[in-house]
Amino acid sequence: MRRIVAILLLIIVAVGISLSLAKIPFGSPETKAGRYYIDEGIKETGATNIVTSVVVNYRAFDTLGEVTVLFIAAIGLGAVLTASVGEETRKTEPASLVLYTGCRLLFPLILIFGTYIFIHGHLSPGGGFQGGAIIASGFLLIYLGCRERRISQKASKLAESLGGLVFVIIGLLGLVFGGYFLLNFLPKGTANALFSAGIIPIIYIAIGFKVGSELASIIDNLIEES
Amino acid sequence: MSFLNNYIYYTGAFGLILVGLYIILVKHNLIKVIIGLGILDTGVNLFLISVGYITKGTAPIFSRPGIDSEHMVDPVPQALVLTAIVIGIAVLALALSLAIRLYQHYGTLNLRKIREQRW
Repeated sequence: MRRIVAILLLIIVAVGISLSLAKIPFGSPETKAGRYYIDEGIKETGATNIVTSVVVNYRAFDTLGEVTVLFIAAIGLGAVLTASVGEETRKTEPASLVLYTGCRLLFPLILIFGTYIFIHGHLSPGGGFQGGAIIASGFLLIYLGCRERRISQKASKLAESLGGLVFVIIGLLGLVFGGYFLLNFLPKGTANALFSAGIIPIIYIAIGFKVGSELASIIDNLIEES
Repeated sequence: MSFLNNYIYYTGAFGLILVGLYIILVKHNLIKVIIGLGILDTGVNLFLISVGYITKGTAPIFSRPGIDSEHMVDPVPQALVLTAIVIGIAVLALALSLAIRLYQHYGTLNLRKIREQRW
């Protein structure tokens, strides 16, 4: 019964969607905002990666809200999972030597790659969120391979708070220097150079630290619980 | 057939959305419902990305000077999807943590057997 109702509902949704979708042409959107960002993005922000200039410059306030959502989710997950913390210590078999050494060898390389991704966020595909996710995957590898190692909660909280603080302080500095929250007040530099695009790399580095430590603490909480 | 050729991304995206909705509506296992949520999320992201696609499109990145900007895809949906992916991960992690708590409390993940969760 439930299944039939669900299928009927889905058929109605599918018909409605396909009727409206047939009017949206595929492959020729030409929105004015997108065209403007592509044409003027480098001149106005100095970042050659237009997606980055949209995320961290034009819509940086939006990104601040997004980082806040991630922060709240990480806090909520920690609160839900540590509400009744039982002090049972899980028995873990030590990993084999090959796995252990391989994980310890790979871990710094993954960290370096994640750092590269978020430092070059304004030049090449990537950015703070992606780099942070890669760094968190390095921590996941450590958790799976070298099971008795744990990240320090204090250091993770410190990196997280510092990242958020840098983001907000840079936004407030924009308010001080030019009258807009998150104004790009630093010199833009030449396009395609590492030190260019004003506040964009700084904000993305802050986001990288914040996202990396938040995802790592999410992994930490989930593994702690299982 | 030409419909499929022209609208293959839309078809795929809404196929994923419908599959996710079906799983959420029908399945009883909470983990499967969360998986359905993830599939639905992926479908929405794919749809947003394909709305911004331009035929013969390239990434909106001026990786070298003098690159042709005529065929660059719309950067706005990509930035929005970047947001949506991160939020999706956060929601998924939160839902999984609630599922862990629910299992510890009731001893089952079957939504039919959890009295307060039946609908």
